[in-house]
Amino acid sequence: MSFDLNFIGILIGAIMASSVPLILAASGELITERSGVLNLGVEGMMIIGAISGFALMVVTDNLFFAVVGSMLSGLIISLIFGLLTQSLLTNHVATGLALTIFGIGMSAMIGKNFVGIPGKEFPLLFINLKESIPFLGPVFFGHSIILYFAFGLPFLTNYFLKKTKTGLIIRAVGDSPTSASNQGINVTLVRYSCILYGGAMCGLAGAYLSLIYTPQWIENMTGGRGWIALALVVFATWSPIKVLIGALIFGGITILQLHMQAVGLRIPVQLLSALPYIMTIIVLVVISRDSRKIKLNTPTSLGQIFYKEK
Amino acid sequence: MYKLFLRSLISVLFLLSFSLNANAEFKVGFVYVGPTGDHGWTYQHHEGRNAVEALGIKTTYVESVPEGADAERVIRQLAQSGHDLIFTTSFGYMDPTNKVAKDFPNVKFEHATGYKREHSNVSTYSARFYEGRTLLGHMAGKMTKTNTIGYIASFPIPEVIRGINAMTLAAQKVNPDIKTKIVWVFTWYDPGKESEAAQALIDQGADIIMQHTDSTAPVQVAEKAGVWSFGQASDMQRFAPKSILTSIIDDWAPYYVERSIAARDGTWKQQDTWHGLKEGMVAMAPYNSAMGSDLVKEVEQLQKDLASGKAHSFTGPIYDQKGDILVAEGAVADDGMLAGMNVYVKGVEGDIPQ
Repeated sequence: MSFDLNFIGILIGAIMASSVPLILAASGELITERSGVLNLGVEGMMIIGAISGFALMVVTDNLFFAVVGSMLSGLIISLIFGLLTQSLLTNHVATGLALTIFGIGMSAMIGKNFVGIPGKEFPLLFINLKESIPFLGPVFFGHSIILYFAFGLPFLTNYFLKKTKTGLIIRAVGDSPTSASNQGINVTLVRYSCILYGGAMCGLAGAYLSLIYTPQWIENMTGGRGWIALALVVFATWSPIKVLIGALIFGGITILQLHMQAVGLRIPVQLLSALPYIMTIIVLVVISRDSRKIKLNTPTSLGQIFYKEK
Repeated sequence: MYKLFLRSLISVLFLLSFSLNANAEFKVGFVYVGPTGDHGWTYQHHEGRNAVEALGIKTTYVESVPEGADAERVIRQLAQSGHDLIFTTSFGYMDPTNKVAKDFPNVKFEHATGYKREHSNVSTYSARFYEGRTLLGHMAGKMTKTNTIGYIASFPIPEVIRGINAMTLAAQKVNPDIKTKIVWVFTWYDPGKESEAAQALIDQGADIIMQHTDSTAPVQVAEKAGVWSFGQASDMQRFAPKSILTSIIDDWAPYYVERSIAARDGTWKQQDTWHGLKEGMVAMAPYNSAMGSDLVKEVEQLQKDLASGKAHSFTGPIYDQKGDILVAEGAVADDGMLAGMNVYVKGVEGDIPQ
């Protein structure tokens, strides 16, 4: 393995790029879960976002519409989940699973006409700086705008939940919807908003895959990343910053293990393949040992159905 | 009283469905491991199905069936719902196919790329993809500047190992200095992971990317990085017009048509089919002129020789990694050895995952 500094910079840049869909989807889901709603439909919403983004790119030839459209479609599909769980009071787990299955099937159906069309080049920012500055260049520059947004998002989310009134309301709804409701908060409205926001972020995560990361449409292209995002939220004990750390570790070890194989290190390949999962769990468990903080961050009413007594 | 009525109704319906099934028209079922839109492995099987459908034969397909407990359930369901011939199109369906075949002796089964024919109603078929890999190896050996060939491998089964070996042997023949770097991704189909693997290989100095996975992601990464690549299963040229030198194309259509007609007319017999360039089950996409007309001519000649039997992908002497002889000088590997191949030849780096 060559160890020059610039190469390590390129490697870090690649790791950052691979963790973007996880950060986006997990940050969105985190807000949803903080309001007490468990939406297992992340994978489904992502894949819908992926196909809508790609389809809009092909039809309108405009990347801006494609990105916005993918967020809107994620939002619309999460609205179905909202209607079912919040207005019709169905079970969160079952509805979320159904949403994933629906999303995968639906995206395959829409995508029939978009298979085999090469994607469009997505503009990358600061390409010149990437090449002119060694090490730091490939780390910080030459990425898509969505990557910069994704890396800011956990910090924004953290600030939003901890320092703003709306964030406090969301946490209150997630911890005790009954008390929140008694305080005059419209629990259903808050939860709807959080579900829709989560849907939009998952849609964007999907579009990142189909427009930037592997620019094409292929069925099932999310490849289980939605489930990993879901697991990240739980193992990060609902802390946005830890979600970011977890996503980077997962993306990092996935890529590093491929490099280790390419170098020909004599470590059993199965172990290397399992490493991202093992390491992410270990690190997140170790950094979230503080049980007081876990209690503070865990939305107590997660997955419970709330209905206002009239 | 009404319970009795209900019971009799159910039994009548049950019998009815059976008799309906018995008289039902001839139907062919297909089980796919990936989505039909993968533009690779499953896509080509689906093209084969379309050819059968075009004859006016009724077909059904189930896509994205995982190679585990689900597979048996899906195959069983197809057998139960009156399909007369069922193609199971992935290596991992081998045991489930044989298991279901035992319970449905009147249904014919065709399993792709496997070797178990435990019951008289199970046939196996595969293509000699390794012949295509030999051509790829020849081109790779000639085209590489870094003498490093990157290979994205799926699962450590004979099929995949055979491809790695065939490619390496051919590349060594034209360029003794080449190294084959292998990355195992343990999936047939995950565009994100495949592209990460391709990128890792390129970062490690590979200037040729080859894949034994099904998506078009690796060739796109190669295109972007400006290295050469080869398409897998179907012609992937439009995804990487500059980078792709050629693609190995699996053409299942003639076989599917022939076997479906045989099953319909009652002439179907158990067999083990292994067709290659000669029969056209393995075909090559147009060669990229960027490699120069001399090399194109060379490869075309080699393709002809492989098809006619004048050349063989595994011609001795072939040594394993330890230097023990596998195939003696002047001999060629027999089909039994090829089918069960589970060692790397000399020149491949690393160990086969056990």
